[in-house]
Amino acid sequence: MVATTLALLGFLVALYLWMWKAGLLGAMVCGTGGCEVVQTSRYAEFLGVPVALIGAAGYLSLLVVGLAGLQPAWLERRGPTLLLLALSGVGVAFTAYLTYLEAAVIRAWCRWCVASAVIITAIFITALLGLRETAPGKREA
Amino acid sequence: MAGAVALKRFYVILAVLAVAGGVAIWQLGRSRAGQAGTVQVAPAPVTGGAGAAGAAEAMPGYVMGSDSAALEVVEYADFQCPACRIFSILTMPDVVERLVRPGRIRWRFRDFPLPGHDRSPLAHHAAACAGEQGKFWAMHDQLYAGQDQWAAGGGADRKIRDLARTAGVDLGQYDECTRSRRYEARLAASRDFAAAQGVQSTPTFVIGSVRVSGTIPYDQLKAIVDSLAPIRR
Repeated sequence: MVATTLALLGFLVALYLWMWKAGLLGAMVCGTGGCEVVQTSRYAEFLGVPVALIGAAGYLSLLVVGLAGLQPAWLERRGPTLLLLALSGVGVAFTAYLTYLEAAVIRAWCRWCVASAVIITAIFITALLGLRETAPGKREA
Repeated sequence: MAGAVALKRFYVILAVLAVAGGVAIWQLGRSRAGQAGTVQVAPAPVTGGAGAAGAAEAMPGYVMGSDSAALEVVEYADFQCPACRIFSILTMPDVVERLVRPGRIRWRFRDFPLPGHDRSPLAHHAAACAGEQGKFWAMHDQLYAGQDQWAAGGGADRKIRDLARTAGVDLGQYDECTRSRRYEARLAASRDFAAAQGVQSTPTFVIGSVRVSGTIPYDQLKAIVDSLAPIRR
């Protein structure tokens, strides 16, 4: 449940960033102005796809997997938790790369991106703990 | 049974969170759109001193509109910046048609190639070369329209040259100009001038005493213009 809630929060953050990037919002509420610098940089796209859109799709996948894992039929199985762990692991690695770009290359910090980094890390840790809970002989919390 | 009840409660909480998040995004976009970007009234004066003023003269930008317009809007932009592209394609046509052509404002484009954009110098130099032939604005439109092509992959020089051809630029003169690199120093001066003005991101607009950092929808731009230069009846 924790991972699913976090996935929803992450999805909302990524959706907001993507909507700004797509020109659907007038301006970004950021505080420092760093969000615009980061979002208008060449690194805001990965293989031609906006990074925020990749994030939104990733969080949506996590949300779907999280919801599926809560269904009675899946509750006792480790599959959804393993999938959550794998997806959030990829997310953490990608976020680490993006955070490095912010710190070392773009030299600007986007608070929403930092929030997303915290959320994806929290999902990864939650999945890791969930895996321990669902280890053979234990019951999923 | 208890689990099913807990799950239902969780779904309700999740749904409330989703709706609240959606409303928050809508409100954030809406309220800030009302102010259009990060708005500063009476921004800090030029801090670059005589050097910055000299840079401004060396590269005064490109002007569209009447000298007698009551208000000048200065846009600091980067051809490789996606937000600038969005503004240019979605908003600029309205600005030109409804504010520049009727003589309400004069528009000045100032080059601000951002350090992080590796192909910006090439694009801005190409636009300057097109400007020699009176084709800056045609090249400006082409560069933004084709941004996703020349800003990624190889052959940026060739792709931008193709855009120059589409803009109606004489390619003989264009090639000579790009080879000479004669605008490089002036473009660097323009970037320094923008930085001296406190411009940190693109697009940034200076509308009289108001500075807006970030994209700005037409309605908000017009509202600022109306507040600074009301229509005389």
